Amino acid sequence: MILPILGLCIGLVIGMTMPYGIPAEYSKLMSVALLASLDSVFGGMRAGTEGKFNDTVFITGFFTNALLAAVLVFAGERLGIDLYMVALLAFGIRIFQNLAIIRRYFLGK
Amino acid sequence: MMRMRKGQLSIALVCVVLGIMLAVQFRATQGIRSDVTFQRIEDLSARLKAIEQERDGLLEEVHELRQKAGGGKELQNIKMGAGIVALRGPGVVVTIDDSQKIAKAGENPNLYVIHDDDLLKVINELRAAGAEAISVNGQRLIATSEIRCAGPTLSVNNTRYTPPYEILAIGDPKTLDNALKMRGGIVETLRFWGIQINISKSDNIVVPAYKSSFRFDHARAVESGEGGAR
Repeated sequence: MILPILGLCIGLVIGMTMPYGIPAEYSKLMSVALLASLDSVFGGMRAGTEGKFNDTVFITGFFTNALLAAVLVFAGERLGIDLYMVALLAFGIRIFQNLAIIRRYFLGK
Repeated sequence: MMRMRKGQLSIALVCVVLGIMLAVQFRATQGIRSDVTFQRIEDLSARLKAIEQERDGLLEEVHELRQKAGGGKELQNIKMGAGIVALRGPGVVVTIDDSQKIAKAGENPNLYVIHDDDLLKVINELRAAGAEAISVNGQRLIATSEIRCAGPTLSVNNTRYTPPYEILAIGDPKTLDNALKMRGGIVETLRFWGIQINISKSDNIVVPAYKSSFRFDHARAVESGEGGAR
C-alpha cells in the first residue's frame, strides 16, 4: 500500500515542477483522460478487494482507457457531438459504483 | 510474494503517471479563473475568432473600396500634401550654421547664433517661392510642425536639433534660390551677422515623409450641415 502512495506523491511532485503544462484547449481532453485513469484505479482497487486483481489487466486498462477517452472526446469535438459529457457521465457512474462496492467490502469485513 | 512485489511496483508506476496527470491538470485549471468555465472560454474564443475574421474581411473591403474610390490621383495628392510620403524632385539644399565671428565687446552674442525666427523666415521665403515640400534636418514640415527655440537647440516636430541645419525644399530651384538671395532678403541679413548660409541647387532632392502619426485629441471632423460656434 505504501509503494503506490509513494508513487502518487512522486508523480505529483514531477507534475508540479514540470516546466511545461498543457495548453488550455487540451485541458478538456486531459480532464477526461484523468477521469478514465481514476476510474481504472478505483476499478483496480475493487478488483483487489475481490481478490481477482491482475496487474497486466490493470496497467493496460489504465493507459488504454485514458487514451481512448481522450481520443473519443477529441473526435467528438470534431464531429460536433458532445462526447465529453458522455465520458464524464459513464466514468463518473462507474467510479461511484466501484466506490460503493469497495465500501461494502470493508463494511462487510 | 515475488509476484506481489512486481504487482506493487507496476501499480506504483501507474500511480506516478496518475500523479503527473493530476498535477498537470491542476496547474492547467489553476491558470484559468474559477468563475470562468471552460464552456464560456470556448464560446468567447469562438466568437473572438469569428469577429476577427469579420474584421479582416471588412479591412479588406475598406482597402478595396479605397482603391476603387478616390484611389489613385486624388488620394496620392492628399498624401503628398499631408507629408506622409517621401517626395523627390528638383529643389535647393540650404545649410545654415552659427556665425564664426566673435561678438565684439558690448555686443549681444545672440545676434551671431541662429534663432527659430531666422529659420522660420527662411522657410517662409521658400514657401512663398513655391516650395512644395520642406524638411529641416530630416523632419518633414507638415501643417502642425513647429520650429521653436528649445534652449541651445531647435525643436522641429518635437525633435531637437543643433546647428548646422539643413533645409531641403522641393520646388523650382531657380525661383527658390532667387527668393532667398533677394536683395535685402533673408540671406543678406543673416550673412551680415556672419551666419553661414549656403544654398545649393539640385535636380534630385528627396524630402522624407513625416514619421510620427497624427493625433487628434480635441478636433473631430465636422459632418456636413452640422452647426456650431463660428
